[in-house]
Amino acid sequence: MATETHDAAEVAHGAAEAAHGSAPGMPQLDFTTFSNQIFWLAVALVAIYLILSRVALPRIAAVLAERQGTITNDIAAAEELKAKAVEAENVYNKALADARAEAQRIVAETRAEIQVGLDEAIAKADVEISAKAAESEKAIAEIKAGALDSIKTVANDTAAEVVAAFGGKTDAKAIAAAVSDRLKG
Amino acid sequence: MGKIFFFAMVALALLSGLLFAPETAELAIHPMDQFIVQPLFGHGEISWYTPTNVTLWLLLAVAAVFALMVLGSSRRAIVPSRGQSIAELAYGFVYKMVEDVAGKDGVKFFPYIMTLFMFIVMSNALGLLPMSFATTSHIAVTAVLAMLVFLTVTILGFVKNGTAFLGLFWVSSAPMALRPILAIIELISYFVRPVSHSIRLGGNIMAGHAVLKVFAGFAGALGLFSMLPIFAITAVYALEVLVAFIQAYVFTILTCVYLKDALHPSH
Repeated sequence: MATETHDAAEVAHGAAEAAHGSAPGMPQLDFTTFSNQIFWLAVALVAIYLILSRVALPRIAAVLAERQGTITNDIAAAEELKAKAVEAENVYNKALADARAEAQRIVAETRAEIQVGLDEAIAKADVEISAKAAESEKAIAEIKAGALDSIKTVANDTAAEVVAAFGGKTDAKAIAAAVSDRLKG
Repeated sequence: MGKIFFFAMVALALLSGLLFAPETAELAIHPMDQFIVQPLFGHGEISWYTPTNVTLWLLLAVAAVFALMVLGSSRRAIVPSRGQSIAELAYGFVYKMVEDVAGKDGVKFFPYIMTLFMFIVMSNALGLLPMSFATTSHIAVTAVLAMLVFLTVTILGFVKNGTAFLGLFWVSSAPMALRPILAIIELISYFVRPVSHSIRLGGNIMAGHAVLKVFAGFAGALGLFSMLPIFAITAVYALEVLVAFIQAYVFTILTCVYLKDALHPSH
């Protein structure tokens, strides 16, 4: 009985559809299709759930984690390299400062050495010069004394000759005294 | 390019108006015909297992989800391709939503919520294709989705919190005299949730598609002036693209909100 009425309703429904060529009301409220829709919806939802939870979501999570890890590692590596660069710069600057200090030290040392040598040389030269000067003075004094004696002798002789030429008597003593007087005066 | 296309469309509209106006002058609008469930093969009765147009478009939605989420991410690239970017974007979008709204302990329901979101957004998008069938416009589909959420949340709430879950209806911050009244209101609103949850989605999609069909009917009947409804269809279609995404978003975020209620029932 029930199935009969159901079939009758189906037939009537089909006839109405055929007559109008369209649904009589909202197809959304056609409850005869509900079981079909719900069944296939369940199939689709289960399929999507399995696809997502078994394959897609773990894979995407892994990719995202991997990317995050890569980015973190890269940043860490970059920071490490930067630290290394700073360190290298510091080492370089230190080496530069050291080299500069060393150079200055060497310059000062060399200057001091040169100064010492110079001072020694100057002192030696001074001694030599003073020795030479003393020698020279001595020689000059000798020469001077020698010259004075020669002049005396020549003057005495010349005076004796001059006195003799004027017809005077040549008293050697008197002449020598007179000449030395003249030479002094 | 856009301009050329625009002028071509106008020319086509004018031409069709001039040529076909007398023949199609009758106004034959059947906006609800697009929602009829039909068997894919033959014209027999629809039983629960019959492959219908619903079946076809549900399985196409599954295929679309598979294509985007599995094929798109198959290269597992550190620098993603376009497809993988979209898949990652969808993942991050829903994951952040679940985490922000439902909290840290809601994250274990992420695959479940992601399933709902991907299904709805793909079905809505596929439904916008011409000649397609919008599965999410059917109350049978959206009601099942909403009931799934409702049952999950209710059962989870009682399993996790026991009778303390009933504290959801007992507004402890309100004055004592008001609490019974508020409890009744809260109870009613709780049971109305699946109704609003399902009808919001189904109604939006159905209304949008029906409006498009109505304008299309006008376009066929107005001859020379059919360009006006064609412009309207363009505008409504753009709106529907927006609605397709927004309704999926709204459904998902409401699911997260309900989930939060189940996990942390205190007000």
